[in-house]
Amino acid sequence: MAAANDKAPPSPIEKVKADSRFLRGSIAQSLLDPATGGLAEADTHLIKLHGSYQQDDRDIREERRLQKLEPAYSFMIRTRLPGGVCTPRQWLALDELATRFANGSLRLTTRQAFQLHGVIKRDLKPTIAAMNAALIDTIAACGDVNRNVLASANPLASQLHAVVHDWAVRLSEHLLPRTRAYHEIWLDGAPVAGGEQEPIYGPTYLPRKFKAAFVVPPVNDVDVFAQDLGFVAIAADANSKTLDGFNVTAGGGLGATHGDAATYPRLADILGFIKPDQLLAVAEAVVTTQRDHGDRSNRQHARLKYTIEAMGLDAFRAEVERRAGIQFQPARPVSFTGNGDRFGWTQSIDGSWALTLRIPSGRIADRAGTPWRTGLRAIASVHTGTFRLTPNQNLIVAGVCASARPAIESLIRQHALSMHETASPVSLDALACVALPTCPLAMAEAERYLPALVSAIEARLHAHGLDGMPLGVRITGCPNGCARPYLAEIALVGKAPGRYNLHLGGDAAGQRLNKLYRENLDEAAIFAALDPLFARFAAEKLTQERFGDFLWRSQLI
Amino acid sequence: MPAHNGLMNASPATLMPAPAPDPQLESSLLALSRNLDAGTLRYLSGFLAGVAAERDRAAGNDTVVAKPAADAAGIARATVLYASQTGNGRRVAEKLHRQLESQGLAARLVNVADFRPRDIASEKLLYLIVSTHGDGDPPDDARAFIDFLTSRKAPRLEQLSYTVLALGDSSYPKYCETGRALDQRLAALGAIRLADRADCDVDYQAAAEAWSGKALEIARDRLQSPHIAMLSAPPSQQAAADRDAPVATEVLARALITARNSDHPVTHLELAAPAGQLAYEPGDAVGIWHHNPAQVVDRFVEIVGADPDSRIAIDGQENSLRGWLTEHREITRLARPFLDAHAARANNSTLNQLRADGKPDALRSLLRDWQPLDLLERFPAQWSAGDLVRALRPLTPRLYSIASSRASVGDELHLTVAAVDYLRDGQQRLGAASHFLTTPGNGATASVRAYIEPNPRFHLPADDARDIIMIGPGTGVAPFRAFLQHRVESGARGRHWLFFGARHRFSDFLYQAEWLEARRNGTLHRLDVAFSRDQSEKVYVQHRMREQGAELARWLENGAHVYVCGDAQRMAPDVHEALLDVLTRHTSRSHEAANEYLNELASERRYARDVY
Repeated sequence: MAAANDKAPPSPIEKVKADSRFLRGSIAQSLLDPATGGLAEADTHLIKLHGSYQQDDRDIREERRLQKLEPAYSFMIRTRLPGGVCTPRQWLALDELATRFANGSLRLTTRQAFQLHGVIKRDLKPTIAAMNAALIDTIAACGDVNRNVLASANPLASQLHAVVHDWAVRLSEHLLPRTRAYHEIWLDGAPVAGGEQEPIYGPTYLPRKFKAAFVVPPVNDVDVFAQDLGFVAIAADANSKTLDGFNVTAGGGLGATHGDAATYPRLADILGFIKPDQLLAVAEAVVTTQRDHGDRSNRQHARLKYTIEAMGLDAFRAEVERRAGIQFQPARPVSFTGNGDRFGWTQSIDGSWALTLRIPSGRIADRAGTPWRTGLRAIASVHTGTFRLTPNQNLIVAGVCASARPAIESLIRQHALSMHETASPVSLDALACVALPTCPLAMAEAERYLPALVSAIEARLHAHGLDGMPLGVRITGCPNGCARPYLAEIALVGKAPGRYNLHLGGDAAGQRLNKLYRENLDEAAIFAALDPLFARFAAEKLTQERFGDFLWRSQLI
Repeated sequence: MPAHNGLMNASPATLMPAPAPDPQLESSLLALSRNLDAGTLRYLSGFLAGVAAERDRAAGNDTVVAKPAADAAGIARATVLYASQTGNGRRVAEKLHRQLESQGLAARLVNVADFRPRDIASEKLLYLIVSTHGDGDPPDDARAFIDFLTSRKAPRLEQLSYTVLALGDSSYPKYCETGRALDQRLAALGAIRLADRADCDVDYQAAAEAWSGKALEIARDRLQSPHIAMLSAPPSQQAAADRDAPVATEVLARALITARNSDHPVTHLELAAPAGQLAYEPGDAVGIWHHNPAQVVDRFVEIVGADPDSRIAIDGQENSLRGWLTEHREITRLARPFLDAHAARANNSTLNQLRADGKPDALRSLLRDWQPLDLLERFPAQWSAGDLVRALRPLTPRLYSIASSRASVGDELHLTVAAVDYLRDGQQRLGAASHFLTTPGNGATASVRAYIEPNPRFHLPADDARDIIMIGPGTGVAPFRAFLQHRVESGARGRHWLFFGARHRFSDFLYQAEWLEARRNGTLHRLDVAFSRDQSEKVYVQHRMREQGAELARWLENGAHVYVCGDAQRMAPDVHEALLDVLTRHTSRSHEAANEYLNELASERRYARDVY
């Protein structure tokens, strides 16, 4: 298997993992080294598996190089939060850490987790320790392991949601690394004498990151076809009260490398249907198959999607069945209607209410006119239900009893948190990754450019009489796909400062990849390309037709 | 510049052999000399010079005055002993030595670091040139000599005649303290003072010339007949720049190397350094003749109320008021003579009281912290432009430790300059030279007048297998950049250990990227840093030294050389204490033994300091 790659030497990171004594490396010493704000090279890879990335302020990288100073290093810390659920107390704890140790903002990610940015090295350990004290860990939030497990956002929308959320938590726990390194380094746990094992991962973990998600149709908010491993809940009855089992998907993934044809975004295949009691075995079988067959020499070609392409889908499915000791049943029919969030108040099956707020780019900060962090802190102080982070970087205030609604509503008004009512459809659904200045991979702006981009698109729509039409817009600073750009109707994928590849033609439910339309465009060229398409769309569109569907139908892409 | 005293300063031209009268004579001389070694040739040259002197005397020709020895008892040889920190003392000593030898007077030139203190007992005629630094501190090299002379072990010195030249800086209260103390001590031990001590301020030349003149006279009186004295090699015709003949050299690059939010900005400069003119070794300093900041000059002009273009002549040199203030006078450093001159005019009771005795601390801090402008603005007085220029000290060049090695940077010279820029009573006060060097487009800073000030006390070990320990907080790290560059380029076998300190790692870690790269690639074996304001308790390099005490002691016992560069007031004594602590704690030495050990290291030049 994977014969072509057997000859190539393992990537340097494989050696780093192998030598790390189950993810310890020299992280503890690196944290104590006062000569640098960074970590030793090997530790910068290992710390990802502890939930943190070393980053630097790219706005001043060149300036500091000329000053003969090292880059302005800081760390991003990402939580593990299966299904994106946290309590108001946990919210307040993270909010306080954002002030004390980070850059004063919280970021909600497309994987339903929190990120703190700008934590300097000496604050890393106190921050992670304080998170754990609030019962939030960061284990395996990044790196070559199973990352935070997604689940359709509002577990109270149906009984099925609640059951599926519990499965997401179980899967996350089941696939956690077993090493005690995390406890030793961050929580002053006693050092392990030896004889540690990683029964699922082995000493070198996975060849690459691994993403899993649960979805409850018909809303595909998790973009299940973009995941390495997906579980589509199938109800046993029409009312979605009990769970029959899952359609299992595998091999989705949106990362690609500019100019490398061997890399590409790919939608997941459907392996078949399984019963709930087969889930952990199947998940483990998929993970270990990837562990043993994935490409460990070329990290750009190491995701499960390439393993499946190399093995062939049937062989892969057979291998999973063999390892799990099960047989897939034929997949059950499923249909999805959309992948966006449903904003505003909704009532849950238990009679309580949930309010979905729009948080562009998931960034919760206090800015002039939008004191959102203060507002959400005020809500967290009175709220008795939960907070739920959506895979679209939005926030649900869930479990609000009818009598508490006015108080929450009033805080929303006071703190200008009502974008869910006021924003245009384009603005409501747009996604951006972090990109500059902190992400080390970014080639162009994303989050910082998103508001201007959305305004410009809206202005063009207005010019063509298309005000108020829904349109999925996503932007990323590089081709790695954190904001799942290849599923959007319009996507900009960063190539260089101010320049993007323009992708067009995703659908509304995350079931169709878009297509590269033009390369390396600046803003003027982007709109020069879009304008005639908007004009044709305005003139020729069918009732209810989406822009992405129109482009395909009219063979414009 | 003060005019040189032409009478006492025999010009090199009169000492050089005149061109051979005809080619035939020259070829016979060459044939004669072919089988003689260099030493014999020098002997002959001295012998012939003696003969020539005798003939000159017989002919009544007094261009080169060399009286016959009056003292028949005769002393065989004079010793010119110098203890110099910045090189001024060495310069005076070398010049006196040249003058003695050129007149056929036997003299040896000795750096105090190479002088065995006990040998003082056999000296007959001693010219002692010694400087004072900071708050009355001697040069490092002189410590062992002074310790010996002031100890009970010091012998009686009735055989000895001497005179002392003291160098110092009158902006410090303990002006010329070391020279003064040694002068008194020698007298107390029974030595005969042949001439009064000369105390020289930063502009030392005129006073030094006068003293050297007396010294020569004494030598002519006391030393045996010069006719067999050996001349040293004639002064070479090298074009190397020196203090009085700097070269204008190009500023190739200038960049801030502290982060934009630093409270203590530091600039890295790269100058062109043609090998012939600005040759240097790691550890040497570069002297820079700066221009004073235009805004300070303008303020002086304003206060004195004169036309900046008005001409002023002083000692035969004429320039405009602006020219004098910009290029020839110290206007940002306050010295005692100017304070006194101004006080006499201002006749202000506060000022007079301050100068009256009993307030040495207040005076000390005034001289240290105030600039002449502070005085002029706070205690107004009537000055004419000419009087003011005359009362101010002549400009002196500023020395910077060189931060590069030719082995690594070729014909370049790098320096590390901390900007001096602060507010006093709401008024901006600038450090003249740092402003000149660090402000782009400021006057002539596309090129600067520079020369090399050799600092042989602070050179790398001759044996490249020796480990070196480098302690250099702040801009004190500059020479260590030169050291490491040199040792890496030359493939030195010894190890390197750097102690660095500053306020904040993020903004003030000078050359951080280079040190980290050197540590990563294994050429910097240990790096210990102290950032005083990065945590609640202040941490300095001496704390790191104590933390690493056991290893530090091992390096020392293993023969490592220790170098300290930077602040003389607080850092250097703190580091010295830390070294003593490390030695007492981690070796079997008592405190006294540790002290002695450090003195030994200093005299072996294994413990070298370049502090200011």
